[in-house]
Amino acid sequence: MKQFFAFIRKEFYHVFRDKKTLLMLFGVPIAQVLLFGFVLTNEIKNSKIVVCDYAKDYASQEVIRKIEASRYFNVQKASMSHDQIEAAFRTGEIKMAVIFPADFYSDLSHLNKAQIQVIADASDPNTATTLTSYLSSILNDFQTEMISTGKVPYTIKPEVRMLYNPELLGAPNFVPGVMALVLMLICAMMTSVAIVKEKEMGTMEVLLVSPLKPYLIIIAKTVPYLLISLLNLTAILLMSVYLLDLAIKGSIVLLFAESTLFIISSLALGLLISVRAESQMSAMMTSQMSLMLPTMLLTGFMFPIENMPVAMQVVSYLIPSHYYYVIVKAVMLEGLGFASIWRETLIMAFITLVLVGINIRSFKTRLA
Amino acid sequence: MDAITLDNITKTYNKGKVLAVDKATFTVAEGEMFGLIGPDGAGKTSIFRVLTTLLLPDGGSGTVAGFDIVDQYKEIRNCIGYMPGKFSLYQDLSVEENLKFFATIFETTIEENYELIKDIYIQIEPFKTRRAGKLSGGMKQKLALCCALIHKPKVLFLDEPTTGVDAVSRVEFWEMLKRLKHQGITILVSTPYMDEAVLCDRIALIQDGKILSIDSSENTMKKYPGRMYAVHSLNMHKLLKDLRSYPDTLSCFTFGDSMHLTFREDNDGNVTRLNEYLNNIGHTNLEIKEIQAGIEDYFIKISEPAHG
Repeated sequence: MKQFFAFIRKEFYHVFRDKKTLLMLFGVPIAQVLLFGFVLTNEIKNSKIVVCDYAKDYASQEVIRKIEASRYFNVQKASMSHDQIEAAFRTGEIKMAVIFPADFYSDLSHLNKAQIQVIADASDPNTATTLTSYLSSILNDFQTEMISTGKVPYTIKPEVRMLYNPELLGAPNFVPGVMALVLMLICAMMTSVAIVKEKEMGTMEVLLVSPLKPYLIIIAKTVPYLLISLLNLTAILLMSVYLLDLAIKGSIVLLFAESTLFIISSLALGLLISVRAESQMSAMMTSQMSLMLPTMLLTGFMFPIENMPVAMQVVSYLIPSHYYYVIVKAVMLEGLGFASIWRETLIMAFITLVLVGINIRSFKTRLA
Repeated sequence: MDAITLDNITKTYNKGKVLAVDKATFTVAEGEMFGLIGPDGAGKTSIFRVLTTLLLPDGGSGTVAGFDIVDQYKEIRNCIGYMPGKFSLYQDLSVEENLKFFATIFETTIEENYELIKDIYIQIEPFKTRRAGKLSGGMKQKLALCCALIHKPKVLFLDEPTTGVDAVSRVEFWEMLKRLKHQGITILVSTPYMDEAVLCDRIALIQDGKILSIDSSENTMKKYPGRMYAVHSLNMHKLLKDLRSYPDTLSCFTFGDSMHLTFREDNDGNVTRLNEYLNNIGHTNLEIKEIQAGIEDYFIKISEPAHG
């Protein structure tokens, strides 16, 4: 046991004495949370839109006031012809145009329905979708108010509900994704690089030719990264609560337990890479290509899985981060308990078990 | 009892395509300093890895300290010290931390076996808080030797310990090995430097995985057939060409600052005739003298029969 702890202490020396490793372990997670939180969110603020009001009546003014009050839009009021609007789109001056027809209020009050033309720049479909959904939620608000004041008795109300993210904030969607990404990065990549480094430096040969049991070497190499990952997890959660105003709705204990399971599966993946990689460079590349990219692309936090080709969907069901993302979303954002995530947990546990099993089988007490 | 035995050990790589060690057989007696001498790629490191239980041999059998290298690898790992060729310690740990770490994983302490490493350690002790990565090449090897010795191994394996080390440190390093030998530790050491070979009790010459000869270094040198002459002149480049085209020349190699020459037939008139011949074609400051052939001469002789 004394040997084991001496080994772990040595491992921490490695981590804390190498500035690059430190930056990787603590800088990257913080940078990612901040980046995704404030810069790269799907949320769109202050988009330039043009409003052409041909009605200039009570209702149109009320709607425009609401649009202006929203922080998503930067409204420019103008009477533009269709050609002018198109020109403005082409130069990229505006992202959306909202046009009120001449008899807006009278249509609404007499026919109980009125039309608004909304033109969005769909060359960036994500932005276009987001902007139109912002706008329709504003219109919904307006209609609800009209009903409550009794001015319009019958209105056809579109049922649009933004589940779990009513304000359309970007943060909630990406925090679980960043958690999966960061844990995967630290556990798999750093562990595989750390082990391959020992191979490269020739120290692995000496360690193997020592009374130290080879499996203890491997466990001792992974323990520090497990601890650091949990530390990072805590930091990410603190940042999302205090910086991004994102409350953790579910049980924190459950969240940490599930995270530990995911960390173990990532460590197992890192070990698998380290067995095969011959240099630190190839360990790094393999981790990035085979772990980072799938985690970013196939967990569903950047691109919805439902929209992917079937083959990609099948692949996405094989990677543990997919399940972890679902679990974290359920526990953290929706406040659900173990009862609703036991299936994902079971699959993730199974994948972990398989990975650990492969590791034990391919484990070497010799060099080759 | 023999400390190390090898019986027809064969090692191949790439599923048998590359033959690294070809039926190597030798024994090292207890307390002996045995040298494996050969160029890069001769198979020295493969032999070390097989003996230190890091690789399984494809054929043959062997023992280290009386334990079988395949079945009893755990016992072997408890009683040997190993310094791999590319061993470079933990660069980001200090001298003391490195030594302490290796002492701990070998289940001992620096204090317990301090006597054994004292001679070596006092030389690097002034730098004990320095990171190993910042040490000079010679210092690094001394520290690595300390780390390999810290648990008082019965058999010490040193794979090219002096490669990349300056001449002074090399001499010091071999002095240390001699002292260790006096403490009864069996040492198997490999080196590409022939001048270090004479310091071993016995040496095995190895090339292309084959052991060419096993004997004491003196005997190895005596085995050289025929007489050897060192030839020196002002224009060495021209001399090599002229000597090689001289009809009586059997072999001629550049060796340091002179040419090592052997004749097809050894007789007393050889030197006089060669002197005359070289003088006639314009060589000045000529010097021809008979010398004792070294290990390197013998090595060239037996490894490249094409020149003979």
